[in-house]
Amino acid sequence: MNVNQSIPPVPPFGQPQPVYPGYHQSSYSGQSGSTAPTIPYGAYNGPVPGYQQTPPQGISRAPPSSGAPPASTAQAACGQVAYGQFGQGDVQNGPSSAVQMQRLPGSQPFGSPLAPVGNQPAVLQPYGPPPTSAQVTAQLAGMQISSAVAPAPPSSELGYGPPTSLASASGSFPNSGLYGSYPQGQASPVSQAQGHPGIQTPQRSAPSQASSFTPPASGGPRLPSVTGPLLPGQGFGAPSVSQPNHVSSPPPQALPPGTQMTGLLGPPPPMHSPQQPGYQPQQNGSFGSARGPQPNYGSPYPAAPTFGSQPGLPQPLPPKRLDPDAIPSPIQVIEDDRNNRGTEPFVTGVRGQVPPLVTTNFLVKDQGNASPRYIRCTSYNIPCTSDMAKQAQVPLAAVIKPLARLPPDEASPYVVDHGESGPLRCNRCKAYMCPFMQFIEGGRRFQCCFCSCINDVPPQYFQHLDHTGKRVDAYDRPELSLGSYEFLATVDYCKNNKFPSPPAFIFMIDVSYNAIRTGLVRLLCEELKSLLDFLPREGGAEESAIRVGFVTYNKVLHFYNVKSSLAQPQMMVVSDVADMFVPLLDGFLVNVNESRAVITSLLDQIPEMFADTRETETVFVPVIQAGIEALKAAECAGKLFLFHTSLPIAEAPGKLKNRDDRKLINTDKEKTLFQPQTGAYQTLAKECVAQGCCIDLFLFPNQYVDVATLSVVPQLTGGSVYKYACFQVENDQERFLSDLRRNVQKVVAFDAVMRVRTSTGIRAVDFFGAFYMSNTTDVELAGLDGDKTVTVEFKHDDRLNEESGALLQCALLYTSCAGQRRLRIHNLALNCCTQLADLYRNCETDTLINYMAKFAYRGVLNSPVKAVRDTLITQCAQILACYRKNCASPSSAGQLILPECMKLLPVYLNCVLKSDVLQPGAEVTTDDRAYVRQLVTSMDVAETNVFFYPRLLPLTKSPIESTTEPPAVRASEERLSNGDIYLLENGLNLFLWVGASVQQGVVQSLFSVSSFSQITSGLSVLPVLDNPLSKKVQGLIDSLRAQRSRYMKLIVVKQEDKLEMLFKHFLVEDKSLSGGASYVDFLCHMHKEIRQLLS
Amino acid sequence: MATYLEFIQQNEDRDGVRFSWNVWPSSRLEATRMVVPLACLLTPLKERPDLPPVQYEPVLCSRPTCKAVLNPLCQVDYRAKLWACNFCFQRNQFPPAYGGISEVNQPAELMPQFSTIEYMIQRGAQSPLIFLYVVDTCLEEDDLQALKESLQMSLSLLPPDALVGLITFGRMVQVHELSCEGISKSYVFRGTKDLTAKQIQDMLGLTKPAVPMQQARPAQPQEHPFVSSRFLQPLHKIDMNLTDLLGELQRDPWPVTQGKRPLRSTGVALSIAVGLLEGTFPNTGARIMLFTGGPPTQGPGMVVGDELKIPIRSWHDIEKDNARFMKKATKHYEMLANRTAANGHCIDIYACALDQTGLLEMKCCANLTGGYMVMGDSFNTSLFKQTFQRIFTKDFNGDFRMAFGATLDVKTSRELKIAGAIGPCVSLNVKGPCVSENELGVGGTSQWKICGLDPTSTLGIYFEVVNQHNAPIPQGGRGAIQFVTHYQHSSTQRRIRVTTIARNWADAQTQLRHIEAAFDQEAAAVLMARLGVFRAESEEGPDVLRWLDRQLIRLCQKFGQYNKEDPASFRLSDSFSLYPQFMFHLRRSPFLQVFNNSPDESSYYRHHFARQDLTQSLIMIQPILYSYSFHGPPEPVLLDSSSILADRILLMDTFFQIVIYLGETIAQWRKAGYQDMPEYENFRHLLQAPLDDAQEILQARFPMPRYINTEHGGSQARFLLSKVNPSQTHNNLYAWGQETGAPILTDDVSLQVFMDHLKKLAVSSAC
Repeated sequence: MNVNQSIPPVPPFGQPQPVYPGYHQSSYSGQSGSTAPTIPYGAYNGPVPGYQQTPPQGISRAPPSSGAPPASTAQAACGQVAYGQFGQGDVQNGPSSAVQMQRLPGSQPFGSPLAPVGNQPAVLQPYGPPPTSAQVTAQLAGMQISSAVAPAPPSSELGYGPPTSLASASGSFPNSGLYGSYPQGQASPVSQAQGHPGIQTPQRSAPSQASSFTPPASGGPRLPSVTGPLLPGQGFGAPSVSQPNHVSSPPPQALPPGTQMTGLLGPPPPMHSPQQPGYQPQQNGSFGSARGPQPNYGSPYPAAPTFGSQPGLPQPLPPKRLDPDAIPSPIQVIEDDRNNRGTEPFVTGVRGQVPPLVTTNFLVKDQGNASPRYIRCTSYNIPCTSDMAKQAQVPLAAVIKPLARLPPDEASPYVVDHGESGPLRCNRCKAYMCPFMQFIEGGRRFQCCFCSCINDVPPQYFQHLDHTGKRVDAYDRPELSLGSYEFLATVDYCKNNKFPSPPAFIFMIDVSYNAIRTGLVRLLCEELKSLLDFLPREGGAEESAIRVGFVTYNKVLHFYNVKSSLAQPQMMVVSDVADMFVPLLDGFLVNVNESRAVITSLLDQIPEMFADTRETETVFVPVIQAGIEALKAAECAGKLFLFHTSLPIAEAPGKLKNRDDRKLINTDKEKTLFQPQTGAYQTLAKECVAQGCCIDLFLFPNQYVDVATLSVVPQLTGGSVYKYACFQVENDQERFLSDLRRNVQKVVAFDAVMRVRTSTGIRAVDFFGAFYMSNTTDVELAGLDGDKTVTVEFKHDDRLNEESGALLQCALLYTSCAGQRRLRIHNLALNCCTQLADLYRNCETDTLINYMAKFAYRGVLNSPVKAVRDTLITQCAQILACYRKNCASPSSAGQLILPECMKLLPVYLNCVLKSDVLQPGAEVTTDDRAYVRQLVTSMDVAETNVFFYPRLLPLTKSPIESTTEPPAVRASEERLSNGDIYLLENGLNLFLWVGASVQQGVVQSLFSVSSFSQITSGLSVLPVLDNPLSKKVQGLIDSLRAQRSRYMKLIVVKQEDKLEMLFKHFLVEDKSLSGGASYVDFLCHMHKEIRQLLS
Repeated sequence: MATYLEFIQQNEDRDGVRFSWNVWPSSRLEATRMVVPLACLLTPLKERPDLPPVQYEPVLCSRPTCKAVLNPLCQVDYRAKLWACNFCFQRNQFPPAYGGISEVNQPAELMPQFSTIEYMIQRGAQSPLIFLYVVDTCLEEDDLQALKESLQMSLSLLPPDALVGLITFGRMVQVHELSCEGISKSYVFRGTKDLTAKQIQDMLGLTKPAVPMQQARPAQPQEHPFVSSRFLQPLHKIDMNLTDLLGELQRDPWPVTQGKRPLRSTGVALSIAVGLLEGTFPNTGARIMLFTGGPPTQGPGMVVGDELKIPIRSWHDIEKDNARFMKKATKHYEMLANRTAANGHCIDIYACALDQTGLLEMKCCANLTGGYMVMGDSFNTSLFKQTFQRIFTKDFNGDFRMAFGATLDVKTSRELKIAGAIGPCVSLNVKGPCVSENELGVGGTSQWKICGLDPTSTLGIYFEVVNQHNAPIPQGGRGAIQFVTHYQHSSTQRRIRVTTIARNWADAQTQLRHIEAAFDQEAAAVLMARLGVFRAESEEGPDVLRWLDRQLIRLCQKFGQYNKEDPASFRLSDSFSLYPQFMFHLRRSPFLQVFNNSPDESSYYRHHFARQDLTQSLIMIQPILYSYSFHGPPEPVLLDSSSILADRILLMDTFFQIVIYLGETIAQWRKAGYQDMPEYENFRHLLQAPLDDAQEILQARFPMPRYINTEHGGSQARFLLSKVNPSQTHNNLYAWGQETGAPILTDDVSLQVFMDHLKKLAVSSAC
């Protein structure tokens, strides 16, 4: 919709207005009522339908009122005025938007050249610039992506040129530009009330971002080449359009294409729904006209079938294939966002702002909403009604990382102590005091922003209000001014009404034959000696409050008494594995410093004691039970570190059998491979959670260990699973130790309960992640660390109000690693919309993918994998079809039009579909799949992003001197040049690909061998050499590793080598060996699906 | 033989046997009319310094059902080299080794003075003795410390090659692995879970080695020691280790909240100890030594809950059927005791606590396996320390006074059958021709297992005369009984002691005098007492007393001389004269009276009563009282209140207690300090004399008696007052009008009254 809107404004202000009005009204209905447009209003009542009607009437979008916040009413005024306002609005935006402006420039390579200039000048700011990326893609032309705005293709051409100028001129247009969203952000201030209108409009226009692809006309070069766009221009304005630019373009269009547009516009009113108006403009994008494209299109389709068959290779046959360069490039989008938004801090004060992408480095300033590091949403503007939501099919979800680590220059949440009475909460819904609470009656009461209940302010909390109705101490109190903060919990929030004791870490080490043979036990014991000095501590504490305990086990369990008063540790064997208990009380859990000598002695002796063990059988469930019992006895929460090597086949509870059966793959029974073998593990997990016992499982399997079953407990207790297949000290030591160190040292919260409260209208209905739920609302986490994410899905249960928006409050009650009971609160306010275009303009594809992957990965537990894949594809198609139908300007069916915010959805979705879990290759073991499945379940957005679409960094392309990360290239084999070296990472793996014709000098300076053929394939460590290249590569590897929560083991892959197969698996834009489609093919497929839906 | 007394004494010294009757009534009917059954007290391992064991194996009767051992009573045909079994009359060839036999060249077993003979068997592997300590850690700090010291001390007393093991328990049970260097290992078991022997062995990892062993069966004996090497180690190897381990023993760390008893898993600990030995060393001499400082409070075998407000069961509760854990616990320990006995191991119980510790429930462990039971107030007392030390005393040969895994096989000539045995034994259920259908004590078998015994362990063995009245035994006929005891000597040799005795038959109708004269009233009293106590374990107290009374009355009727209905005319011959008095004191003894005793004490007393030899048993029935005065040397005096005089010092020995009581005057003198004055040195000597004598008794006795030094009016004087015959009470004090003696505040009948009643009943024709 946005798109449409944007457009309208452009050409004739007046005209557009009409369109707008429709919008506004809908949204403002109430307010606007008074205004002239009245009629439309009337229509309003009916939500959607109303809209349509209205539009025709040509009511202008009053929205404009943007000027005044309270705008709503004001808006009523009228279109034109509104516009004027609009302008103003923009201006306003401008200021705020300053940031945006900057971004703009950056946004796209090509855009930049032109745009920057133009835009900046233009007050417009944001709008203008945005276009970039989109356009680019468009140009690609393979498929032409026309930004929804799609200001007419022509525009595109013009667009480019014009954008700038135009933008400046039209001012408003710019806004409409690509990143509608951005603008919004800026606008927000104004918008809130209704500022939206004004701003929005622009924004909306922005939405135009949608990009439409037409079949590749002629393979456009790559994106970067701005010029490209030009070409496209030739082809169609489309390209340009596609991009945010449209925004800009629109304006431009307005000018040149103006004709068209106008023409279009005119029409729109008549036919389409209100949105249409906006659309039409785009369409004028007449993209459709994008003549060339369509035809191509057709061809692509046919290609689709070939789909599967297609060789990954890019292909010459222009007719059949889309030009890979013409389709939306993740790299480009990431680059643009980085350039546009990476420089200015992201200020959270405004409701419904879309934050920069996860791949962008940016600073967050908390001004009342939680940082995107804590919460990211699939959309920051959610439909007011469930009907709309259903229509759009865009899942409403938030990815919450309550304990996310912050960069050093951002302050961690303040701790608030409300004294003995505990945190102030709403009496009815129990929401915690937050900046959105409304104080009334001179401050004596406050109205809950979630349930509207009116509560008394306790006397000790009373404070006067200032003239704006704000408490005068609002800025002194984190809970009144920040999005994230912590409360100290009172004893009422503690288990058994007792303050918790500091938690404990228990190391449980498998000492069966396998563990000993691989040297694991020796390595681990050696490491623990020093590692224990780095247990997490809180704040400035001198030593960690965490106590430690040790257990070794094979078929039986060995507990160790390491009391400081002992000269030698004592070992206690418990062989009653059927009925586990902890044989000692005192001396099992000890303070590291006090018992250091004994612990050291123990760790020295463990490898010796079991050096000649012949025991190959192990138990598993009893080990965890032992941990629970120990914590129970010590009355504390804690974490178990399990180092386990084999399938637990010894006679004991939770005994497993080898049930790995590859024949089940692609059958209806495949799901059983992901399900636990017995219910014992779930039961156990439940006990763990009840005790606040989190399990981190380190697996060192030589063969099938049934990760699906073993990981149940870590999964349900908020723990992590690490898997080191065929562990060998020489090769895997670094990775294991690094993971272990990081894991042991990281700050953990224990015995946590998380509750997500929402304002009336929506409700959290589904949760994904590593936790346990015993009811439908409380997420119970035995342990939670800064890497764990909970994805929450929301559904409507009532109508939302555009004015008040939607609020989320995530409250996490936990025990800190010093044993302090605390509450961490994150608040986030979202916008609500009555126009689908608003929704599409404020989406975040990365988050969407995060949600969809988790949804799908959970789905495989219950449905055949094929069904899960189909569901994903269908949903995606529906989302895009809905956009196409409701927000994009009409164009020929042959054109694929994607919302700007979602133009990467197909490529990312394809990656999800091709992932090991959903489409396993022959070399992927059942354990691997189960492992990945559970990993993804608690990944945050950044992790899923890189996991599904790996980063491929050329190492030798950029000058050695440059200190920045080299720009990534798309994950496709055709992007590899055999004269280069590349680094590929996906958060779990790290490959160094060496082209066959790399310069000898490079080989020498990196590998210290004289030729390519002498490089050892599979090498996992690069020699440390004293030359700039080597240092740079090492540095890069180190920095990549530092970014990820798990250590990535390096594998050196030579071109044309056996190992290359493995590497190619990660080139996700190519067709995969296991049958996964290439990006191009999938896009065509998607298009077909959408067309089907539309027809 | 001059008198029967001498004969009896001589027999006892030689054979360790005392019969109730030394001339046997020759028919079943008459025998039953004798009231006191034909029975004997057998001390199988009576110390015989003069009896060196012979180094060969016994010659057995070849009849499979007989297998009696060649003995002096056998008829031997030296020429034919044949001997006739005197039990089954089977004629047997001498083995080749006896080829040179002749009238003048007899093997020892044929000589009359070797009616008791001991054989040493060289065959078979000698397995070392095993001592498995099972130690309660729910003790007070000083108690535990004392116990640890005692245990450490005991290590120095054990034979160096003995295998030792250690199990400690509290809330959990820990089986300590003794072989490890550096880190001390133990296997831990939950104290609440009953485990089968198989489970225990699995969990201790004892079953694995069994597999290879079966494959290599021949090597089995050699491998044995290695099977359990982790838990049972030769003392000399792990002496230091174990000493350290004991030194480091800590009190059970689990918190005991106010108002609770510590959780003590005695039942499981014992079960594990039994299972451990069962799996590793079945049928070798092993001693499980349980040291406990309180009642089992959890798991199988729990005797009382951990709530302090609910006291441990008393006799009152038991009578009211209000002891909710008793039956289950008893069953648990019985099951353990039987398993232990089947494996030839024995269980000692050392219970030291001020309150009861559940001996009542656990008694069978010691009773059935021949283990010791020691009860004290604290491990930190000399009573415990010395008693414990005394277990490891050595005999004249330097061997421990203990033997293991004995089986007692009794053979009788045809006129007799075996009715049963009472003592620290279990039946082996060997039915044979000489087993009676009427049971007295543990019957239905001719063999018993005595898993632990020492030179004083004594069994009462009861017989039945089965010869029919109409099949008289020819004049001069003798009945014979052979006791064959296989056992493992403390030097780990297997030995067999064979005692063969014979007594004359007499026709009770014509030769009643003979029979009467050959009555051993002491043995009879003890044997009857054992029967009474045995019954008391299963029957109500009053019933047992009634039964005893009836037996006594019938005996008096049978052997008394009196005119009908004239109590004054009643007389008993010398050989019966003391018997009623024994019965009087027996009735008052703690073995039959539970009043004023806790169930544990009763069990403790009965335990010792059922295993001590005749002399000690008599002391228990009727304590000995010595009087010291300036009037002459110490003299034994009547156990009567009249013996309590102001100017005497009394020394009473009840076996369990040694009481020194200063008469009123003496006490005053002592208080005045005369003993410190040189001119009253004789007084000092007088005071010292009983102390020295008491010391002598204390030195020799096992278990060490409670030593009580009191005086007139002292609270502890009650020990004396409760034992003496209350001839003067508050009721009759003035009637007697004497100044002497001390009145006892009791309503119990005195011996005089008892005798009067007895006479009256005996002469009455109504009975």
